[in-house]
Amino acid sequence: MSTDTATTPAVAKPADTPHVSLAHTDEKRNWSSIIILTVYIIFLMVPIYWLIVTSLKDNLEIMTNFSIVPNEWTLKNYRNIFTDESWYSGYINSALYVVMNTVISIVLALPAAYAFSRYRFLGDKHAFFWFFTNRMSPPAVFALPFFQLYSAFGLIDTHIAVALAHCLFNLPLAIWILEGFISGVPKEIDETAYIDGYSFPKFFVKIFVPMIASGIGVTAFFCFMFSWVELLLARTLTTTAAKPIVATMTRTVSSTGVDWGLLAAAGTLTIIPGALVIWFVRNYIAKGFALGRV
Amino acid sequence: MARINLDHIRHAYGIRPTAPQDYALREVHHEWADGGAYALLGPSGCGKTTLLNIISGLVRPSEGHILFDGQDVTHLPTEARNIAQVFQFPVVYDTMTVYDNLAFPLRNRGVPEDLVATRVKNILEMLELSDRADKKARGLTADQKQKISLGRGLVRSDVNAILFDEPLTVIDPHLKWVLRSQLKSLHRHSRFTMVYVTHDQTEALTFADKVVVMYEGQIVQIGTPEELFEKPKHTFVGYFIGSPGMNVFPIALEGRKARLGDAAIDLGFAPKVAAGQKTELGIRPEFMEIGKKGLPVSIRKVEDIGRQKIVRGDVAGQAVSIVMKEGAEIPSEPRVSFQGKGINIYADSWRVGQEA
Amino acid sequence: MNKTWNNKAWFMILPAMLMVMISAVIPLMTVVNYSVQDTFGNNEFFWNGTEWFREVLESDRFWGALVRNFAFSFTILLIEIPLGVFIALHMPRKGIGVSFCLVLMALPLLIPWNVVGTIFQLLCRTDIGLVGYAIASLGIPYSYAADPKDAWITVVVMDVWHWSSLVVLLAYAGLVSIPDAYYQAARIDGASRWSVFRYIQLPKMKRVLIIAFLLRFMDSFMIYTEPFVVTGGGPGTSTTFLSIDLVKRAIGQFDLGPAAAMSIIYFLIILLVSWVFYTVMTSNDETA
Repeated sequence: MSTDTATTPAVAKPADTPHVSLAHTDEKRNWSSIIILTVYIIFLMVPIYWLIVTSLKDNLEIMTNFSIVPNEWTLKNYRNIFTDESWYSGYINSALYVVMNTVISIVLALPAAYAFSRYRFLGDKHAFFWFFTNRMSPPAVFALPFFQLYSAFGLIDTHIAVALAHCLFNLPLAIWILEGFISGVPKEIDETAYIDGYSFPKFFVKIFVPMIASGIGVTAFFCFMFSWVELLLARTLTTTAAKPIVATMTRTVSSTGVDWGLLAAAGTLTIIPGALVIWFVRNYIAKGFALGRV
Repeated sequence: MARINLDHIRHAYGIRPTAPQDYALREVHHEWADGGAYALLGPSGCGKTTLLNIISGLVRPSEGHILFDGQDVTHLPTEARNIAQVFQFPVVYDTMTVYDNLAFPLRNRGVPEDLVATRVKNILEMLELSDRADKKARGLTADQKQKISLGRGLVRSDVNAILFDEPLTVIDPHLKWVLRSQLKSLHRHSRFTMVYVTHDQTEALTFADKVVVMYEGQIVQIGTPEELFEKPKHTFVGYFIGSPGMNVFPIALEGRKARLGDAAIDLGFAPKVAAGQKTELGIRPEFMEIGKKGLPVSIRKVEDIGRQKIVRGDVAGQAVSIVMKEGAEIPSEPRVSFQGKGINIYADSWRVGQEA
Repeated sequence: MNKTWNNKAWFMILPAMLMVMISAVIPLMTVVNYSVQDTFGNNEFFWNGTEWFREVLESDRFWGALVRNFAFSFTILLIEIPLGVFIALHMPRKGIGVSFCLVLMALPLLIPWNVVGTIFQLLCRTDIGLVGYAIASLGIPYSYAADPKDAWITVVVMDVWHWSSLVVLLAYAGLVSIPDAYYQAARIDGASRWSVFRYIQLPKMKRVLIIAFLLRFMDSFMIYTEPFVVTGGGPGTSTTFLSIDLVKRAIGQFDLGPAAAMSIIYFLIILLVSWVFYTVMTSNDETA
């Protein structure tokens, strides 16, 4: 018989979680889990910590005085960014095309995903795979042709150009995720709505879209993510007016020598929108992955 | 195979229970015989699943002990208790074949492969799955998967008890009946102690030798199906078992007589009841007879369910159901009489026996 | 789900399809066009047949980049998939810890790729970087800018840092969908920790792992920004992957013909590998 006979059974039993009883063999496992997770998260956080710390240092200190915590805290780098239009407009430009892209991707992907989920039609599997292939195309392949195509239409250096270019990988992804969510909604719902006299567009907007709201949320998250982080196309298609923050950063590196403090501050600021978005969708992330077919 | 002793078991999910209603399981103190087939029957939330989890070791009781064959297993984890369990939804190892599924518990315990082979073949035949032995388990139907979950318990020789947690929930209605009778014959074959949780009285009554009726965290009666039917220990058992359930009338006791409205019924014995207790008379619809004798009844409707008719009406201001035999007629001024052997007297909902 | 046969469903796909046509097919046609022509400037092009393809396929430069890219994808898959699964297995199943872990783990996924490069530059430079400085002060010679081996290690660690969490999230989603009854049944059957993993967790994670594998393969095979920022493809050509080489040719050297031919070959390789996985994936869905 095990040694824990002496422990009083009534304690260590949080309210009605059915599998808490697993705890009595897994106490040790719990501790090792916590250690493993902690190590992993530290591994993830150290580089980000260093970025933030560097952004709070003076360039002189960065170059000459190696320290884990800044000797002299300074917000000078951030002040530079917020007072220089070429810097802060970069953030606005990025935000603009990311939002545009997310909206375009979802609006176009919804009906397509619905069709793939609900109907069989001539060439449906091929069409689905064809969409999928576009998620696989290396942006590098398209950089130059894009430049020429958008130049021909006079779209170079506009937000919409980047938003459309990012549809290359985001639209297929959106179709893919939404198809998974839509397949999770029973078909009977659609049929009931038709019997109740809804027309298709009305049903789709009034009933169906609200039902897969969490799926749309997850899709928006991924569209946002991949559009926000992309550099190659965004840089190729813009020069000044719509230049995104990511491109502003690279150009600073090549032209003015390297202002590490400024670069770190700019980098830190690019993490914030992502962090906010994750915070808002945190409860959907795991669920979204499980329901959707991401 | 083992005798199961539930020694003064109580369980509360909260940390510090004070009142009896804080307990999901109030006092349970019983001995269940080796090789018996028990059904835990009750509405949802009555504590039957808690009791099952205490037996399986998934939940440790707040108070009391559980013994298998006299040995205290209260603090043993599930895997050390040698029990088997069939869950509500079929649990099979999808990637394994049917054969490997059944062999899995034996191989985990280091049973030599030739012995595994004979035992698994045996069980495959018993479950009528021999022709699917080499198929992957994921392609099977729900009832076949449930059979495999059961088979993983049957295949072991060291099993103390097999527990069933509403195992027929996902089975098609026409297969439920088949599976239930297979289960019954498997029990007769194997003589494993089996505990079967359900809220369906038909399942409980057909499967079990002894039905354990639970209500609000306590066991209200353990008995054979006949006992539950004829002598319900608690008015709840009367309501819950049988269709339609028992009729219960509030009465006033006067020695050997029960006064119901303005009629007096001779009980043939004098129930011992303490002063101030609520007294009731319970009688099943099957023991009431419509004729020209007895209490006046006003009939609201008659339901014809084939071989018998169920009469719904009022007796002494109380709604009743009465079962009428085939061919019986309802007279113009109907009255209802009570058969003496069907009468049970309840004090504060608990039965007061003739013997007592 | 049984689907109804309805060819009108094409109309619902049409908008998305036109959009992708504009953003993929037309540019691809341009690429094909370039790949078979040559120019001496002044926008005068003439037919060059398969010459560029032959040139690309016979060049060591292309094969070098291809082999490096396969080696890179293989390495990071070998690290990220097991690591991601391992971390997911240790995630709590419920409670406040879950949100906390998910938010912190998802963070690297949302950092712009060139910022990821910048972060690792800041971290690994021996003069100003935390890790670079630490390694250097231990007396170990380390320089991602000069030593190809160090450059490789840096780029691989960077990718592991950047993308392992995606595998964690996917694997975790697979894990939380397993009902408790499976774990209980396994305990009753006396299954070992390994058996639980092998026969319960792994089969339930299979679908999401195939997805993780596909996404990670495709994206690592197209990797451009992060190594470009950190190493610029060097030292020498040691971290010049296909995309980096392609951009160098197309925009750096303006060798349109060879660049276009290379684009097509590159695209076809990804298409082929992904098609194989896609087929495997869908055929599995059907037997399930």
